[in-house]
Amino acid sequence: MKIEMKINGVKKYFEVSPDEYLVDTLRNNGYISVKRGCDTGMCGVCTVHMDGKAILSCVILSAMANGHEITTIEGVREEAKKVGEFLVSEGVEQCGYCSTGLIMNILYLEKCIENPTDEEILHYLNGNLCRCTGYSGQLRAIKKYLEVKNSESSE
Amino acid sequence: MISINEYATPESVEEAYNLLIKKRNNVVFGGGAFIRMGSKNISTAIDLSKANFNYIVEDENTINIGAMTTLGDIEHSPILKKYFNNVLAKSVREIVGIQLRNIVTVGGTVYSRYGFSDFITGLLALNTNVELYKQGNISLDKFLEEGSRERDILKSISIMKDNRKAAFSSMRNSKGDYAILNVAISNLNGKYRIAVGARPNRAVLANKSMEYLNNNGFSQKNAVEAAKIASEELTFGTNSRGSNIYRKQLCYVLVKNTLMEVQGYED
Amino acid sequence: MKVVNKPFSKIDGKGLVEGKPVYTDDLAPKDALIVKVLRSPHAFAKIKKIDIKIAEKVPGVECILTYKDIDRVPFTRAGQCYPELSPYDKFILDEYVRHVGDEVAIVAAINEKAAIKAMKLIKVEYEILEPVLDLEKADGHLSLVHPEKEIFSMADIGFDRNRNIACQVKLELGDIEKTLKECDVIVKGTYSSQAQAQGMMETQRAFTYIDTYGRLIVVTSTQIPFHVRRILSTALKIPESKIRVIKPRIGGGFGAKQTANAEFYPALVTLKTGKAAKIIFSRKEVFIGTNSRHAMKFNVILGASKDGKIKAIDMIGLSDTGAYGEHSQTTIGAAAKKVLPLYNKVEACRYYGKALYTNHVTAGAFRGFGVTQGTFAIESAVNELAVELNMDPLEIRNINMIKKGETTKLLNMTTKDWGNRPMYMDSCMLEYCVSRGKELINWSEKYPRQKISSTKVRGVGMAIAQQGSGLPKIDMASATLKLNTDGFFSLLIGATDLGTGSDTILAQIAAETLGVDLDKIVVYSSDTDLTPFDSGAYASSTTYTTGNAVIEAAKNMVDLICEHGAKYFHVTKDDILFDGANITNKVTRKFISLGDFSKKITYNELFTQLVATGSFIPEKNVTPYMAGFAEVEVDLETGKVEVVEFVGVVDCGTPINPKLSKIQVEGGIVTGIGLALYEEVKYDSRGRLMTDTFMEYKLPTRKDIGKITVELAEGYEKTGPYGAKSIGEVVVNTVAPAITDAIYNATGVRVRDLPATSEKVFLKLMENTFK
Repeated sequence: MKIEMKINGVKKYFEVSPDEYLVDTLRNNGYISVKRGCDTGMCGVCTVHMDGKAILSCVILSAMANGHEITTIEGVREEAKKVGEFLVSEGVEQCGYCSTGLIMNILYLEKCIENPTDEEILHYLNGNLCRCTGYSGQLRAIKKYLEVKNSESSE
Repeated sequence: MISINEYATPESVEEAYNLLIKKRNNVVFGGGAFIRMGSKNISTAIDLSKANFNYIVEDENTINIGAMTTLGDIEHSPILKKYFNNVLAKSVREIVGIQLRNIVTVGGTVYSRYGFSDFITGLLALNTNVELYKQGNISLDKFLEEGSRERDILKSISIMKDNRKAAFSSMRNSKGDYAILNVAISNLNGKYRIAVGARPNRAVLANKSMEYLNNNGFSQKNAVEAAKIASEELTFGTNSRGSNIYRKQLCYVLVKNTLMEVQGYED
Repeated sequence: MKVVNKPFSKIDGKGLVEGKPVYTDDLAPKDALIVKVLRSPHAFAKIKKIDIKIAEKVPGVECILTYKDIDRVPFTRAGQCYPELSPYDKFILDEYVRHVGDEVAIVAAINEKAAIKAMKLIKVEYEILEPVLDLEKADGHLSLVHPEKEIFSMADIGFDRNRNIACQVKLELGDIEKTLKECDVIVKGTYSSQAQAQGMMETQRAFTYIDTYGRLIVVTSTQIPFHVRRILSTALKIPESKIRVIKPRIGGGFGAKQTANAEFYPALVTLKTGKAAKIIFSRKEVFIGTNSRHAMKFNVILGASKDGKIKAIDMIGLSDTGAYGEHSQTTIGAAAKKVLPLYNKVEACRYYGKALYTNHVTAGAFRGFGVTQGTFAIESAVNELAVELNMDPLEIRNINMIKKGETTKLLNMTTKDWGNRPMYMDSCMLEYCVSRGKELINWSEKYPRQKISSTKVRGVGMAIAQQGSGLPKIDMASATLKLNTDGFFSLLIGATDLGTGSDTILAQIAAETLGVDLDKIVVYSSDTDLTPFDSGAYASSTTYTTGNAVIEAAKNMVDLICEHGAKYFHVTKDDILFDGANITNKVTRKFISLGDFSKKITYNELFTQLVATGSFIPEKNVTPYMAGFAEVEVDLETGKVEVVEFVGVVDCGTPINPKLSKIQVEGGIVTGIGLALYEEVKYDSRGRLMTDTFMEYKLPTRKDIGKITVELAEGYEKTGPYGAKSIGEVVVNTVAPAITDAIYNATGVRVRDLPATSEKVFLKLMENTFK
């Protein structure tokens, strides 16, 4: 079937099979930052935005995304880079495989809550698993990132 | 792994229904999060997202939630926040991660009567009706018990705005896991409604326990007794998340604690 | 120190967080055939008939292979140095299937849909055999998991196919029976831990193609590129010279990728069809078709004097290696060899361990590698002894644990080629780790318990642990440095960065030794054609073993630069000084910058390329140490255990990169929390793994872990690169015994079989109530 999506602001048309998942359509068409982790909606590695909301691209069929707006890391390079710098400077990108999905969800968190508490950060990111870092450093990194961002925006 | 031959996005529920009954293996697709775990061969997947079922609205007496509303919408709804001590948002908060909750739909969850659902237990503690396209309005407890008598489409659910106080609690191993047991309790002028789910079978009301409380009124002692009754009257099963014995104990603890919490809202 | 012991960020970090196409699947050719593996639904069966005729007719199918198409060559998938200490008990495909998930057939098609369709159309008739599902009954079971006679072991590891024994390990020091009789107090316990899943986010995957020279190129997410080359050569019966293994960035490994798993299938397809082929394991395939931690069970007897001196340790271990014996000997061995030396003052100790074949999913390597399991057993027993003696667990450690400069004969017995001279643990900071951890957790105030409410109580518990740093006289590493024009260096290493940052710390070591800035080092890892040999990223070896090889290479490079500097200035080498920036003629004070020098010797004079290689093999048993302290809160009504805080103080010598070391500790502790509380493994009665997705198998989430507090002890290991020891594995080991002891101190409930789920704790609380 033919579908149409606005990916990172650009209209795209794809021929997909009705049981194809969004993660595959995206990867097959060059959005390589999107990764597959668990196939059961449990790990958050494949997180992208659909109409501004964080979703799992391994759960959503491409057909369901028909007519919707999809955002991947490739579409928010600058914002992602800023978050990423804080992860790297805390050493918590580690293997990096889950970093892009995590960053997409951090950007969603930021949009939903302006000054999240530690508890809110953990709540929003609970669906992003990581086996490398032990999470603690990621919390440190995200807090530093939000602190700097908020102080910049209040200037 | 599922396979799907055709994908349809009907623009009305009539159209969707006609598609659904055309073939045995045509399926209404909610968010698709759980269907995908099976290995169904689906002829036509019917996506209701263009049929205007994504809403949470309230009128004078009820709150209406469209079938395609996601659990993420439930969690963040300003309308739902005003009622029942925000119990519905609390009931979905612990389900895996926000990204999955932004996909899972109310209709998919309720129509499938998933036993592990936290949301259904929350709804069951309220005065909730299910609106089906063919069969019309059915109370949620009846729908959970009997299921759909025929293949049908869940359009929406409606909840009476009857000023109940309500609380939800669940027990899970990891916080990314499904519940071993969940409990939701509401209180409307001394009348209690106690729903217990993830037994691991689908949620039910603890009728005897409710009757005991309704007859004897709330006290700490009665809450303990009611919790005992609930754990005795309901049946519990064993699955990989917990045994029937453990679930029975959890039922006692969660009903007791949740009753206390609901009572706390009264003051 | 200019570059080491500094918190540099990972040199590849930016690329990773920006989502650059750097992982295996990102690099695969678009037209690669998609390879799928049909897997057994039975725990143990013989294929009576397999019919691929209909499946082959599916449009797009390029090839289907069954055991009939495969040369019957036994080999081991274990990534170890040759000759491996694992039995040669695996065939790429066989007429027997030995666990649910074992491989039955290989399908390749032009797309995934066709491959899956064809897979479903393969008709297999099985003769179902009685499976071996109980570890305790495996030895002597009527069913032999390996009925075939042609399997064998290269090394003498006590392999006994007729008893389902993959291997046996024995160790004895002093007279155990006599010493036990002389003890005032005896504590006995049985401790078991589950087949924990490594849970790396990137599943196993590989793609293959034939290059211009007719060689098989294998791009794979592996920890062991050189071993993969050798293993493939054996299994596919083609010379190693015909195989090139390339490792791109890896999305985590934790030991899972220390066993070759995915590579065989696309390689066979490529050899058969001449076309590029790719396999991506699904998460479920990782669970049922690869490997996990070895589930182990230990009977421990501790003997002590009244005043708390541990005099005797008697330990028997059983390990479930599943259907194949990868890493079985080394893990059941390490469970004692890298645990018992903690208590170096014993008069006698004895260990007998054996790994048994069952029809469970195969076990393999996982961070901690047997030491985690052995530490859980011994540390739990020591904590029980403390209770028996009515002694603070810290006190019993202080009396008995190994301290700086001490040794034990066990180290001689377990270190290859060391001989009889005493091996002193000069850099041991364990005593400091324990006392510092005590302060950080506030032990004096919190031990043993604090009541929070009528239903909630908190307790603290602790444990100590060690590990190794590489394998003495077994696992070697090498590194090559190349001086490029403009004065920067290529560092070529066969070591594989799993995401830990080893590329970065090896570059730091090279920069330090060469005296240059970190940005003058360009790292390339790993490619069996281009990078020098490295046994791989396992056994906590990269910082220590490869790090020392890098130092060696860098020293050789400095030497080469001086030698060629001498030629350049027409003086002797002794007259040349290289300080990282300039090459100076000490006599005339004339100098040339390294940048100019590198250009000159390439384009204008000398016309030479400077390349230096260094190799290193560890000789000493170099052990990092850790003390772990847990505070937990237990709900007495439900048995739910929450980690309030975990404190880890680690002695890794001098850390090359304190920031990355700290993340190693935090990550290891959380893996330990998963082992202790959440990661339950369940089989059904027919031998199917039920916990085979992330829906059923629960890694801890970021809400499950409580506060993690980490400190590094300031130590120095003189044989280490700039004083460093390993850190990657030791950090997992203390967590489970510390947490279960904290649960005990809170509630009086002792969990001896992991994980300590809320249900288990609740049921034990009930037992205690009715006692």
